[in-house]
Amino acid sequence: MTNSFSTTRRPRRARWLAVAAAAALVVAACAGGGSDNAADDCEPGETDGDLAFYNWADYMDEELLAAFEDETGVSVDYTVYESNEQMLSQVESEAAIYDLVVPSDYMVALMIEEELLLALNYDALPNVSNIDDAWDNPPFDPEHQYHVAYQWGTTGIGMTYDALDAIGGESTWAVIFDADTAAQVPGGISMLDDAPETVSAALKYLGYSITETIESGDEDAIREAGALLKATNDRLVKYDSVTFGDDLVNGEVDVAHGWSGGFAQAFFETDAYETHVYTIPAEGGVRWVDTMAIPHNADNVCSAHAMINFLLEAENGAALTNYTYYGSPNEAATPYILDEILEDPGIYPPPEVEARLEFIPHAGDMALLIQDQLTNAKS
Amino acid sequence: MPPLRRAKPAAAQPATSPEPTAPAPMTPAEIAAQRRKRRTGALIASPGALYLLIFFMVPLGLITVYSFATRTSTGRTSLSGWNLNSYERIADDVIVGIIARSAWLAFLTTVLCLVVAYPFAYYLATRPPRLRARLLVLVMIPFWTNGLVRIFAIRFLLGSNGPASALSEAMGFGTFRILFTPTAVVLGMVYGFLTFMVLPLYVALERMDWRLVEAARDLYASGSKAFWRVTVPLTRSGIVAGCVLVFVPSFGSYVVPEILGGAKTLLIGSYVARQFQAARNWPLGAALSVLVIVAMLVAVAINQRNSANAERTPAGMP
Repeated sequence: MTNSFSTTRRPRRARWLAVAAAAALVVAACAGGGSDNAADDCEPGETDGDLAFYNWADYMDEELLAAFEDETGVSVDYTVYESNEQMLSQVESEAAIYDLVVPSDYMVALMIEEELLLALNYDALPNVSNIDDAWDNPPFDPEHQYHVAYQWGTTGIGMTYDALDAIGGESTWAVIFDADTAAQVPGGISMLDDAPETVSAALKYLGYSITETIESGDEDAIREAGALLKATNDRLVKYDSVTFGDDLVNGEVDVAHGWSGGFAQAFFETDAYETHVYTIPAEGGVRWVDTMAIPHNADNVCSAHAMINFLLEAENGAALTNYTYYGSPNEAATPYILDEILEDPGIYPPPEVEARLEFIPHAGDMALLIQDQLTNAKS
Repeated sequence: MPPLRRAKPAAAQPATSPEPTAPAPMTPAEIAAQRRKRRTGALIASPGALYLLIFFMVPLGLITVYSFATRTSTGRTSLSGWNLNSYERIADDVIVGIIARSAWLAFLTTVLCLVVAYPFAYYLATRPPRLRARLLVLVMIPFWTNGLVRIFAIRFLLGSNGPASALSEAMGFGTFRILFTPTAVVLGMVYGFLTFMVLPLYVALERMDWRLVEAARDLYASGSKAFWRVTVPLTRSGIVAGCVLVFVPSFGSYVVPEILGGAKTLLIGSYVARQFQAARNWPLGAALSVLVIVAMLVAVAINQRNSANAERTPAGMP
């Protein structure tokens, strides 16, 4: 066949073109950056364009977005992500420009360090006064310049009452990490597919403090936790950070490591409260808070402030919690939150349980070591 | 990867002199006509070429550049201090283990696909032409459905409360657990990539000269002997093409191991994705991507050479 499109050798010039184009893109990518604080001029409720809102999956009552659009006249371009790191790589690489993102505690610290966040203009956020004082000076943003708390929750273990009875009625990390205790549970076990969370759970079982271990750079303790994860790997049915609640109520597993609201959502939807329970193990668990923050390169800074202020209104904050089943940092919202949520110890733990909770700090240099522990466990 | 077409093929100039039957010199009008033809050719190819340049060559170049970069302690990628550290890390036991496991599962998938697809393609190719066309459509139909949806459907089928488990329980074998094991991953990949094996085998079997099989039988070869000594060698190009087409995507597969493997058995595709997200180690992820691409190119080159050989040897003369 002598068709003029078939040729076997790629001309060299084409290759140079590709290299040149690649180089041009690299240069363009490096030349970006630089921020001026456009937030200073924003008035409360003022908008300056359509809002690009990047939030966790299944973490927003979309009626609130519609209400915001009606109130302000700007439209909201709402997209979702499944992990802090996914959001980070989008913001960092400027693959897309967002006006509002929802990083968790340690991610706020990392993004501040990398100068990826814009300092907020509190003059445009009068409703910040609705936030409970307990959230005033968190360790991840000591001067409280860059974030406003969105929702908070805990990491613990969801299980069937049968499983809880089988291990003696008290929740403990041993149900995952101790072979003999785990053997008493009839069904399967799952863990979050998340290195900081799994390592923290192992640290708690081993009796370490998460905060002290990571902040003091105790690599041996991290490796010890990693070895425990590796020994546990074969006992697990799966790692899952998205459907852990559904897997538990469906009977795919009997014990699941996961986030409070994920379980609460699954339990409410299937009326599984009679048979299933979310617990903080006796050794303690993780507490976290997701926050609203504005990326350094946001286009519509005033709209972002308007949205933050809007979500901080008492009734809107309550609507959020009534949808997500996570705790609200919004004190003024309490009267509007459903009683079944306020009275659920899995969502609002009693003080003695709260005392056993720790934040996972920003790991800095240790981040890669922590990631490696989960990788090693799986291989 | 259609190559970028330049106006003058390299072979055009020297071809005139060593050729024993040199063509008569072309008239200016003929030369102009040929040029016009080439220019039209380049024009027609340019959208595709441009697309590949922008969306294939440039990203590939970027990945290669990143693979020599450095990860800062906070996880940023620093495009300076170029080094081979990421490539050196590939020799780590953990990564070698992940690569070996991915290769093993891809190999199993390929073998299973071949075993399942060969008899099936044989059956297809030996049907009357009209039935053949209908059966081929049936092969294609599932692949017009979104792959992710089909994989989730398998997840439901294999679940511990799913139909497969219920059936086995009803038959007295008790419940079983395949979901979230390497077995489920291989099953899912065999299902996902089966068409890639069936089609090349079908093409090879369909254009085979069946008279050669008859000749073998006439010379008292048994049915199985005729199959192994005639049919299989004659369809070798189809077998190799099918194996390459299944092995390459299975090796780098990401979706199936994540969904059916429960993220428990780490394969190279997931590991690379992890480097770009949770671990924020772009240089390592890029280096591994380059490795997978090189492995893929080697496999494709083997396939190309194989099919070129097959075309050179006349049918029936292996």
